[in-house]
Amino acid sequence: MTSSRIIQHPILNFERGKKKVLYFEDKPVEVYENESVLAALYANGVRIFSRSRVLKRPRGAFCLIGKCSSCLMEADRVPNTRICITLTKDLREVRYQESSASPPKTSFFIAKKPEEIPTDILVIGGGPAGLYAAMYASKYGANVVLVDENPTIGGQLVKQTHKFFGSKDLYSGIRGFEIAKKLAKILHKRKNIKILTNTSVFGLYSGKLAGAYHLRRKQLLKIKAKQITVATGASERFLVFENNDLPGVMGAGAAQTLMNVYGVKPGEKALMVGAGNVGLIVSYQLIQAGVKVVAIVEAMPRIGGYLVHAAKVRRLGVPIYTSHTIKSAHGKEKVEGATIIALDKEFREIPGTEKYLEVDLICLAVGLNPYSQLLSQAGCEMVYIPELGGLVPKRTRYQETTISGIYVAGDVSGIEEASTAMLEGGIAGISAALKIIGNNEKALNEREEMLEKLEKIRAGRFFERIRKGLRKVLIDERRGNSTY
Amino acid sequence: MKIVCRCEDITYEEILEAIRSGYTDIESLKRKLNFGMGPCRGRICIPIIVKILARELGKSVEEVGYPSERPPIIPLPLGILANGEDREEKS
Repeated sequence: MTSSRIIQHPILNFERGKKKVLYFEDKPVEVYENESVLAALYANGVRIFSRSRVLKRPRGAFCLIGKCSSCLMEADRVPNTRICITLTKDLREVRYQESSASPPKTSFFIAKKPEEIPTDILVIGGGPAGLYAAMYASKYGANVVLVDENPTIGGQLVKQTHKFFGSKDLYSGIRGFEIAKKLAKILHKRKNIKILTNTSVFGLYSGKLAGAYHLRRKQLLKIKAKQITVATGASERFLVFENNDLPGVMGAGAAQTLMNVYGVKPGEKALMVGAGNVGLIVSYQLIQAGVKVVAIVEAMPRIGGYLVHAAKVRRLGVPIYTSHTIKSAHGKEKVEGATIIALDKEFREIPGTEKYLEVDLICLAVGLNPYSQLLSQAGCEMVYIPELGGLVPKRTRYQETTISGIYVAGDVSGIEEASTAMLEGGIAGISAALKIIGNNEKALNEREEMLEKLEKIRAGRFFERIRKGLRKVLIDERRGNSTY
Repeated sequence: MKIVCRCEDITYEEILEAIRSGYTDIESLKRKLNFGMGPCRGRICIPIIVKILARELGKSVEEVGYPSERPPIIPLPLGILANGEDREEKS
């Protein structure tokens, strides 16, 4: 099997670390220690990572950020390990698990005793919103614990290779992964921030107790916080079409993780579904990684993303079919082709307009769902807002939910972009800190400045839908909160 | 085959059939089909299913609502919970 690792990339240098041997189904595989297990196996030609429980259909890589559970494997005898967020350096061997229904034959590990971690503020999620929440809460003296389930902090910034737009003080003109590095550097220096990567919060309990699982240490962490900011981001949407679960159908962001974080080519020939900014940007990045983008389809009658992004891919000769969608994926155990079809004004398929494309990769860029499960589970009042991407919590302009002391920031409170996520994070961080340190004029002023900046960004014409959505979730900050 | 729930292999057709046979609220539909109860906890499928249900009933997604969430929201080895302090104290 030939490796699909990217050797030369116009922007990125991949720090793969040392070579090592990982046993996959008892066979040695050459991997690098900083690769996720999934990326390493993918680079070695593996496309099937599990079988579905009922019909035993092959399951391929889909989200690559620990959300979809399609890559659950037995890793060093621990079943149900999400191998997309597990690095090879932590493991000796991985294998397919027979079925989620089969119990382990022996106990597969002895868990360490739980650790109790008291803190002023817990920030869940280390993307742009969470990083800012931690940065600004710690700035005013509060102790912060920041947890993220991925091996590194930075959230989805780590895979963005394009330069950001917007204002200078929010890193315009800098590539996403470089912003992540800058922010991580600041946070690692702060003595009152404790960063816990490889840590998943699995539940929020009364008294602001968070149950967390440290994936590497195999340990339960009981994080007892005075204030909590939930900045868990979003997960990519799936789409209903014939054979949509074939390995080779993945989120556009998943393809980005493979190629931009781990330097592994996700395929040779790709179809992109969706011509919003994500679809356009990722198409361009696929080309940079050496993948041929055969076509982009968009169900709407016009391109949704910014024209600069569309122009970039059009210049490279990629056709964009508007009023088109994917009808079916083809292939036995992985994608070998796709059929696209034209849509009429009512989004109905027009028979006879089918077109077959030979592709081995189908990327879905059809939007994101706020990853708001923890907030629902905690009991925050939730509301479905299509303009914000789905189920989001009601909140004050200071980002506080209906539960006093639980804040929200970033995509989990409504799908927007990195700059607004950072500002929301900063506002949530300061608000949480104010409850710890008491009134502080400097903090209050800084929070007002951030609110103004946020309003200024949202005044733009691309934010019309967002403004409409926000009007439906905002609650008065002077109302009485429920306690938790 | 059009899969909606990747964990439990629930298809688009099965969802339509269940709704048309009378499972018209999200909680009973969930119990009938098992979606949202696999290892991904419904992250992928529920946003699609609430839309299908709303469309079939001619309602808005808000009226249909989301099913309730319970911890743990990620795959968690039971040993993590079982090795708690309670066991220590009793042994």
